[in-house]
Amino acid sequence: MSTITETPAVAGRSDKPPKLKKGGLNAGEGRRGLMLVAPTLLLLAVVIVYPLVKAVIMSFQKDAGLDPASGLFVEGGPAGLSNYSHWLLQRCATADGGTVSCPPGNSGSQFYSALGVTLFFTVFAVLLETLLGLWFATIMNRDFKGRGLVRAAILVPWAIPTAVTAKLWYFIFAFDGIANRLLGGLGISPQLWTSDPTAAKFAVIIADTWKTAPFMALLILAGLQLVGADVYEAAAIDGASKWQVFTRITLPIIKVPLMVAVLFRTLDTLRIFDLPYILTGGSGGTTTLSMLVVSQIRAGFNSASALSTIIKVIIALAAFLFITFGADVVPKPPRAPARKKGPRRGGAQPTDATDATDATAGTVASSLTTPGA
Amino acid sequence: MATQTASLPAASKADAEASEVSYKSHKGKTTRLYAGLALIVIWGLAPFYWMVVTAFRDVGFTFDTTPWPTHVTLDNFRTAFSTDRGNFFGQALLHSVVIGVLTTLVAMIVGVFAAYALSRLQFRGKYLVLGFILGASMFPGVALVSPLFSLFSSLGWLTGANYQALIIPNISFALPLTVYTLTAFFAEMPWELEESARMDGCTPGQAFRKIMLPLAAPGIFTTAILAFISSWNEFLLSSQFSTKDTQPVTVAIANFAGAQPHQEPYTAVMAAGTIVTIPLIIMVLIFQRAIVSGLTAGGVKG
Repeated sequence: MSTITETPAVAGRSDKPPKLKKGGLNAGEGRRGLMLVAPTLLLLAVVIVYPLVKAVIMSFQKDAGLDPASGLFVEGGPAGLSNYSHWLLQRCATADGGTVSCPPGNSGSQFYSALGVTLFFTVFAVLLETLLGLWFATIMNRDFKGRGLVRAAILVPWAIPTAVTAKLWYFIFAFDGIANRLLGGLGISPQLWTSDPTAAKFAVIIADTWKTAPFMALLILAGLQLVGADVYEAAAIDGASKWQVFTRITLPIIKVPLMVAVLFRTLDTLRIFDLPYILTGGSGGTTTLSMLVVSQIRAGFNSASALSTIIKVIIALAAFLFITFGADVVPKPPRAPARKKGPRRGGAQPTDATDATDATAGTVASSLTTPGA
Repeated sequence: MATQTASLPAASKADAEASEVSYKSHKGKTTRLYAGLALIVIWGLAPFYWMVVTAFRDVGFTFDTTPWPTHVTLDNFRTAFSTDRGNFFGQALLHSVVIGVLTTLVAMIVGVFAAYALSRLQFRGKYLVLGFILGASMFPGVALVSPLFSLFSSLGWLTGANYQALIIPNISFALPLTVYTLTAFFAEMPWELEESARMDGCTPGQAFRKIMLPLAAPGIFTTAILAFISSWNEFLLSSQFSTKDTQPVTVAIANFAGAQPHQEPYTAVMAAGTIVTIPLIIMVLIFQRAIVSGLTAGGVKG
């Protein structure tokens, strides 16, 4: 799309003289820009920065409760790193003021199992979704009748609220449900889909893949349509094989939209909550990190805050790795001459094309996160 | 194809492109293509179809596996709305509408100005702001739970009808989504029209209001629908901050109680799920068209 607007916009802007004059049409642009974004920044500061900072502060406080050392009720007080060692090293406080390994069943001892299952879901669900999405997208990129129907069908899983998706699959995976009936037809014995340690993990992955693979396909399809027919014709004339066309032409062109989609699906799955919470309730070892935080909140805000801070660090680390290794999602200032005349009103304005590309990546990203984790 | 060309110009352009790609297609390929397409449609619709069929099926035949509707009844919808078992599904629908509309309004009113500035104006820290908003959209919802829980409980918001306890956390994902989507829409609009209007003597405000806002309407509408859907589908924060008086549908469905404890009222839940989903699917179809018109609404192109 950006190619359409690029030419006229750039032409229209570059030959407009008043921009350089003080008191011209664009006077006060910098101040106006800041004024317009200020309400958004203020609101986000309240709903994101404040909880973020407060959670970190809380994570270094003791939870109110009975002090195991004195047996008295305490209001809290500084906890040092004990909330973190509760999760990361699984140390629990003892009566004599020291620490011991948390007993099995304690929330602290569930940390590594929750971390493991969250990573397991992330790797397998995102991998399955990407492969299926790629496959669906290559099918949909052909010429066929009934495109409207296919697009509508593919948007249905995306539109259904995750809570409803979970209940729907809870019914499908019921012991007497359709999944076990169909498997019975294949001679496979019925599974306890929502409680068996193996089957429950598959149930979560299957339901998550059902919901998100189609939308992944739509995003990849948008990328595929950037490849012009002439490119494929040229490749065909040069005698390229199907595999060569896919690896040498298609993949490099869709790499950016694909990486953006994979990044956002990864971050979404790392914070997965709704689906396993309703579908399995954490049985069969499907308690994810987010579910562990929620179950800890009533036990103590502060230790829960330490765990949610750990999750934030994991997600930030994943985002950092992706962005380092090629997901071009972060809006960057346009390179080159723009900075020459000082930061406020440079002689050359960045072109609309750059803005448009960045913003498009953003739409892809933000629409992906819509359905909720 | 002819009818589609009329209503969906962008899609038909893609069709034309695709038809050139597949100039080599022959019979075997076509069969495989339609088999693949059938699989995609089944993938998307089969579980949803099963939900709707079960919603209309008599509760005594819950696990009937006949693939078409049998023992059709509306009882499940009556059960879904009945308050006898302590389910308040009807009220929850209302709560979800109130929370969704207010969240969308706040996010749109605040976000539209930021998106305009980010797509049109040059100012110091612009890319820092964009990066911050993108980072905000990656923020895990669960990280809001413990600090906001302790704050809201000290404010006394976790009892009674305190809608703000649900709307404020929803802003944390609805606002970044709104700003990013709108910025993308605005970046693709024919801003030469605004420049011309200002050359003709409009103030920046007039140029925006009288010229650009009508052109931006489809994009704004689409964004509003996206924000509404995201709020409608939210579960994690609502499950922590809602009370009986503010409980949204997602929470109501998750906690749906049956006739006896530990007995899942499958058919009633499927009926409730159908009610929650049908309006969304209608909206998504409208929203698809709005995106297409939003991208092709341009006035001047060169």
